[in-house]
Amino acid sequence: MWSREVTNMIIVGVGQTLTMTLVSTLIAYLIGLPLGIALVVTADGGLKPNKLVYKILDIVVNITRSIPFLILLILIIPITRFIVGKSYGTAGTIPPLTLAAAPFIARMVESSLREVDSGVIEAAQSMGADIRTIIFKVMIVEARTSLIVNATIVLGTVLGYSAMAGAVGGGGLGDIAIRYGYHRYQTDIMIVTVVLLVLLVQIMQVIGTKIATRIDKRNI
Amino acid sequence: MEEAIIRIENVSKTFVTSDNTVEALKNINLSIGKGEIFGIIGMSGAGKSTLVRTLNFLEKPTEGTVIIEDKDLSKLSEKEIRKVRTEIAMIFQSFNLLAQRTVLDNICFPLEIVGTPKAKARERARELLKIVGLEAKEAAYPSQLSGGQKQRVAIARALATNPKILLCDEATSALDPTTTKAILKLLKEINEKYGITIVIITHEMTVVQEICSHVAIIDEGVLAEHGTVEEVFSHPKSKAAKKLVFMVNHSTPRMDGRRCIRITFSENSSFEPVIANMVLECNAPVNILLADTQDIGGIAHGQMILQLPEDVAIQEKMIEYLKRCNLEVEDEEWPCD
Repeated sequence: MWSREVTNMIIVGVGQTLTMTLVSTLIAYLIGLPLGIALVVTADGGLKPNKLVYKILDIVVNITRSIPFLILLILIIPITRFIVGKSYGTAGTIPPLTLAAAPFIARMVESSLREVDSGVIEAAQSMGADIRTIIFKVMIVEARTSLIVNATIVLGTVLGYSAMAGAVGGGGLGDIAIRYGYHRYQTDIMIVTVVLLVLLVQIMQVIGTKIATRIDKRNI
Repeated sequence: MEEAIIRIENVSKTFVTSDNTVEALKNINLSIGKGEIFGIIGMSGAGKSTLVRTLNFLEKPTEGTVIIEDKDLSKLSEKEIRKVRTEIAMIFQSFNLLAQRTVLDNICFPLEIVGTPKAKARERARELLKIVGLEAKEAAYPSQLSGGQKQRVAIARALATNPKILLCDEATSALDPTTTKAILKLLKEINEKYGITIVIITHEMTVVQEICSHVAIIDEGVLAEHGTVEEVFSHPKSKAAKKLVFMVNHSTPRMDGRRCIRITFSENSSFEPVIANMVLECNAPVNILLADTQDIGGIAHGQMILQLPEDVAIQEKMIEYLKRCNLEVEDEEWPCD
């Protein structure tokens, strides 16, 4: 039963899982990072408080965050089809994964940036720094450890979502686990895929923590 | 007075929150001369930190304006205000250094803001490190420095763009007395050497005494009194000024009486507060010059030497009281002064 084909399938699955996770997280950061920054900047007491903009962003983020991923996956099929030309396969999972991850990332970025000492921001203002300088040279740099730690959490979450994407034929380890382990009662294959998923999360966590610690100059 | 570099005109600041309104500053008028070291002192919550923040418009006054040299800050655009801020440096109680940058890069930061080329900025930063005496620490991170060293870096950073004014917001409040002295000395040197006007916000009168030429006293958002340090210290007029001055000069007068007595405890209960009762009875203080008593089985044994008040009537009253309490009392030669 454990044939070369199965091994190959699992190797392909690992590749698909990594592709789904990394590509969609990357794209999601392109949306979530500016969104998170905008939340912090427009918030009450932020660099440029704007109640209306903040409220709108806040609501948008909350709505997308509250739709269960499995529903979101199906709900945006027309959009997915429009963007990648099909609603299934590895490529087909990237739009829903991105859409699910972006608001989550926005919240993560928001909380990281809020941790930055307001005194340091005030010091930068007193030197005549403009908002752009404060965001990119003070807030993001000072919050970098927290941003990396949170990125690791995001990756783990997206990896988990990608397993669910198996339901729409998204491929990857989650798909294999459901098809072989659940539908065909091949427990051994399921266990192998689950172990691999755990390993992937573990590796990401270790790397993330390592980077975060290395770049942190606050406790040396 | 020297030509004014900062003019605070009718400045009021009101903070409105959803459930209350706080008038932090009420119609403040103050001129600060070029090259002065100007102290602004007040109890915490008096509004002095808000006042110093109006000087670079980190807090925009609700009413009134601030004029730096000839620039009326209330008439400037955001961009122009940022430009003015590069000429008004600020240091803080909590230092506010960038934790993820080295000492050298922290000092380079204000230069980056004004667009100084990197190599030139580094050269300037090294120069400044020499001035504040931290050449050896350029590659260190703020977490590796002591409080005093952090404030030195902050001072170097503040001086990077050759500001005309240096605002110090409780800059020594987080430091121990020795470090405070050293930092104040450094500030004074900077003032003398580069002619930078320094505004010092503090709640410690000793800081003002140490280096300020002029002082303003802020009390509950109002400018209570201002003038040269000598004037305000020798003739404090307002209640707030008196309170602050006496905090330094100690409010308890010293004992001037020259009559001393030795009392011997031999049979009183250890739990009878004889001296305290006498003070309460006679309503006058005594000074305990020496006390050597111990509790032996509930009975007080030993001796005490007391310095009595000047008033002879009270002296006699005290001696009589002590004798009534069955204590041996005798006059004692004690070198007072």
